[in-house]
Formats: sequence, C-alpha cells, structure tokens
Amino acid sequence: MSLRNPLAKAHNHGSAGEGVGHWWALRFTAILLVLLTVWLIYAMASLIGADHATAVAWIGRPFNAAMAILFVVTSIYHGELGLQVVIEDYIHTRATEITLMVLIKIASIVGGLLAVIAILKMAFGV
Amino acid sequence: MATDNRPLSPHLQVYRPQLTTVLSISHRATGIVLSLGMAVVVVWLLALSSGPEAYDRFIGLLASIPGLVFLLVWTFSLFFHLFNGIRHLLWDAGWLLDLRGAYASGWTVVVLSILLTIAIWGGLA
Repeated sequence: MSLRNPLAKAHNHGSAGEGVGHWWALRFTAILLVLLTVWLIYAMASLIGADHATAVAWIGRPFNAAMAILFVVTSIYHGELGLQVVIEDYIHTRATEITLMVLIKIASIVGGLLAVIAILKMAFGV
Repeated sequence: MATDNRPLSPHLQVYRPQLTTVLSISHRATGIVLSLGMAVVVVWLLALSSGPEAYDRFIGLLASIPGLVFLLVWTFSLFFHLFNGIRHLLWDAGWLLDLRGAYASGWTVVVLSILLTIAIWGGLA
C-alpha cells in the first residue's frame, strides 16, 4: 500500500512536495539545447565577419528569427535552473541565497524580453 | 546564532583531484561562464537591432584583447558543457555508469572540446 495520496501521485509530487519538475525542466531544456547548438554553429558560421546589414537580414529571416528566440529563451531558462542548483549547493546563508535567486530571476526575465523584442524588431523590419 | 561559518565535512582539500571530480566542477564552472555569455548575446542582439554604429562599436569591443579572451573561454565552455551535458544525459538514462564508462566518456569530452575549440579558432585565424 502506498502512503502517498492519490493527488500527489497524479501530480508526480515527491516527498518534498514540489516533485521532480525542476529536474525534468533542466533535462528537457538540455536536450533542446543540444539540438539548437547545431543551429547556433550554423549561425556563427554565417555571422562571423558579416557587416551590420547582412547580419540584420540573416537574423530577420523567419526560420533564423524563430530559432534565435527559441535558443535565447531556452538557454536563459536552462541557465536560471542551473545557477539555482549551484546557489542552493554552495550558498549557505539563506538571505544571500534568496537575494541571488531573485536577482537571477529578474535578470533572466529582463534579458529574455530584451533579446526577444530585439529579434522580433529585426524580423518585422521595424 | 551564527550558522554560516561552521566547519563543513568532508573537506574538499584532503582529496586528490580526479578526472571525474574535476569534470564535475568544470561542468558547473562552464555553465556559469555560458550564463554570463548569454548576457553578451543579449547585448549583441540589442546592438544589432540598434543600428550600424552601435553594432560596430560592440564588435570593436569583442575584437579587443579582453573580448577575444572572453570569446575563447566562451567557445571552450560551450563545447565542454555541450559534450559533458550529453554525458550527464547518458548517465541519467542509465548508461556509462561504471568506472570505465565514466573515465572513457570523460576523456572523450576533454579531447572533443579542446579539438573543436582549436578547430574553430584555427579556422578563423
């Protein structure tokens, strides 16, 4: 007989209450990033040495703009999850830990928004 | 009550560094480098969307000595974190978990990351 309640089981919750969501999110974004790195290398090969107009036109193509947004958002999310693990492991002062995590979350959201808007601006040729 | 300066056990400095432990901590270190690199990617995108002057100024910054050193460290970190990340995913799937598998895949990661970093920078030079 399982001692875990059926709702927790259905939600995949472990004994910590919040389940394995963080673990899965880190792995899922990792697999996605392995695939996106293939595009990233293609991007670097296309953009190194390119002048401004060429680079804007390249990133503005629908496929490249979509991959760029996917890459930036997935990377930042994966980085946030990874940095969280590092902070939880090495920062033993609760106040510093929480402050760092809040700063990283704010930086991730602001950085991600700036990048996505910059890419969309070039994709729509505004 | 002070809780932040108690002695921790085990003490890291009593252990001889091994390939597996060095690669483990390097995965975290390169992950931090790549996180900082994402900030550079965001600024690159902002400069690119701002116009030719801003873009040329940013590229000039990247082409400076500190910029190039950062790019070199970033390239190596990218390949190392990619290959060692795949190694971690294989472990998560239950493969290569014996001593031989851990060392063979570890050396593969080291050699591949160094070779690809050299290949990219050699190709540019």
